[in-house]
Amino acid sequence: MISLPGLKHNTGKTLMTHAVLLTYTVIALFPILVIIVNAFKSRKAIFKDPLALPTLDSFSLEGFEQVLGRADFGLYFGNSMIVTLVSLFFVLLLGAMAAWALTEYKFRGNLFLAVLIAMGIMIPIRLGTVSILNLMASLDLVNTLTALVLVYIAQGLPLAVFILSEFIRQVPKELKEAARCDNVSEYKIFFTIILPLIRPAMATVAVFTMIPIWNDLWFPLILAPGESTQTITLGVQQFIGQYVTDWNAVLSSLTLAIVPVLVLYVIFSRQLIRGLTSGAVK
Amino acid sequence: MADVKLSNIKKSYGNTPVLHGIDLDIKHGEFVVLVGASGCGKSTLLRLIAGLEDISSGELCIGEQQVNSLPPAQRGIAMVFQSYALYPHMTVFKNMSYGLKIAGKGKDFIDAKVREAARILHIDHLLERLPRELSGGQRQRVAIGRAIVRDPNVFLFDEPLSNLDAALRVKTRVEIGKLHQELGATIIYVTHDQVEAMTLGDKIVVMNQGRVEQCGTPLELYQHPATRFVGGFIGSPKMNFIDGKVAAIGSDHIEIQLSNGCRSRACVEAGDLKVGDSVTLGVRPEHIEERSDAGTLLSGDVSLVERLGEASFIYMTLGDGTEMVVRGSGESTVTTCERIEVSFAPHNAHVFDSNDRALRRLKPGNVHSTAQLAQLKAVGQETL
Repeated sequence: MISLPGLKHNTGKTLMTHAVLLTYTVIALFPILVIIVNAFKSRKAIFKDPLALPTLDSFSLEGFEQVLGRADFGLYFGNSMIVTLVSLFFVLLLGAMAAWALTEYKFRGNLFLAVLIAMGIMIPIRLGTVSILNLMASLDLVNTLTALVLVYIAQGLPLAVFILSEFIRQVPKELKEAARCDNVSEYKIFFTIILPLIRPAMATVAVFTMIPIWNDLWFPLILAPGESTQTITLGVQQFIGQYVTDWNAVLSSLTLAIVPVLVLYVIFSRQLIRGLTSGAVK
Repeated sequence: MADVKLSNIKKSYGNTPVLHGIDLDIKHGEFVVLVGASGCGKSTLLRLIAGLEDISSGELCIGEQQVNSLPPAQRGIAMVFQSYALYPHMTVFKNMSYGLKIAGKGKDFIDAKVREAARILHIDHLLERLPRELSGGQRQRVAIGRAIVRDPNVFLFDEPLSNLDAALRVKTRVEIGKLHQELGATIIYVTHDQVEAMTLGDKIVVMNQGRVEQCGTPLELYQHPATRFVGGFIGSPKMNFIDGKVAAIGSDHIEIQLSNGCRSRACVEAGDLKVGDSVTLGVRPEHIEERSDAGTLLSGDVSLVERLGEASFIYMTLGDGTEMVVRGSGESTVTTCERIEVSFAPHNAHVFDSNDRALRRLKPGNVHSTAQLAQLKAVGQETL
């Protein structure tokens, strides 16, 4: 190894950075770890020593048994999956299309639309809850998954458009021009050339969009609290009672709820790493 | 057959005019090179022909058809971009076949077309690779291949060689020349490199600040530059310019009092010039000789000598501070700071008037004049 003064300085800096990041990771992961660890313990063991790992004595799957034993748990799970995936699909599709239109075409109101969408990032959608509830009530959509999907699309779009515009702008303009010379229609250019090239960005947006939707408690509680439309986060609440809380069941269902997002994240994160544009232009 | 005809083509961005009325006639099968310094509008002109940008005013015809408002694909053109613009997520085969697939051609037809083009360009073995796995030269060939398979009436090349290294550039240049012979297609080629322009073009269009400065065969531009700009642009190293005043007018020459005190003869037609008018004398470095008896004598101090082997470029400063370049022989023994005398023959001199327009040369040396060239061409065609 070559010892340069500049390099040494950098190693120190790298160590510092990693120390900070590691500390943050530990703090962020600790509650999740506690949830998972305690999900595999008996009720007594949870209260005796919440931080202890499950031993042969304290190991128990009673929480999982209870959660999986209930038929409606599958329903909640399915609801969450449907809402998340459908919202995700539309956020990505509409977001990418809007981003393409806003960056590629010059039309009246282009800037106005862009500013409007940027404002969507700054103003939390929850401020509009009352009007949204009114709207859904008049549309007769209360207690339907459609209501949730619509709200989540609105919630996810601004950031999606914002991030994807940046990436679409980076696609070399010669590629689009070459395609136009090849008589490729604008739709085809978007779907066969632009979309494959911004896949890493789509994955980023997917992760950012998916997690808040999956974890949301607010809108399911307000818009779809009905028995048949509850999502997993809402479903967990029934184990939390005013006087008695079934911690085994709560922790087990939360542990189960982590799995699908984790799987989706693993799928998307592979895309995050790849830079696909290399080789397009020198 | 597809002649390309540009009549009074203008382009402005907002209120900024970029092209000020371009007229150009390109015959079928001609290799036309648009050349000029960066920012002169040559690439813009190409993009207008391609249909990638709108023409502000004027008329563009390809074949018999006015194509001003047609989209690129319907103009029968194919463009090769400076950056190649290959679709990065498609293999070479898919890159080349994409346009045909979109056009709804049959699978066998596409396959045959692509393989034929790949054979011409020697990229048959690369068809299954992705663009990022190719070298610069190979990518360039794929880009050309993508243009060939579409059988366009007109090929448009936008500085296709500027991303290649020097050796590859020369090689690819030769290949493009051969390709033109093989395909017999009309090619419009944009470059800022005058060597590319001279070697490839049947016709060169020199552009300057959004105007066509001169249009002609490579030798015409070299021997009869119409303006001082063309004189300086064509040829390397650049033509030397020395300011002066007309001192006397003869029947087959004029005499010029140069700013460094020398008096020079130049074999040009005087036209409207009068004694006392300011003119600029132009002499190419290769026409100045390292001896004192060729004609007009100039003396100055050598500031730098570049030795290329087959020649030496001698940079010298005349008495009045004018900088000059002389192409001396490779064996030249001149050294820096030395004082030397050089001379040039009167028939090698170019003279530009105060508006930078060239005066007609009367004895352009051992080379053909435009009229002679036209005559030769006519004779050649008859014998064919």
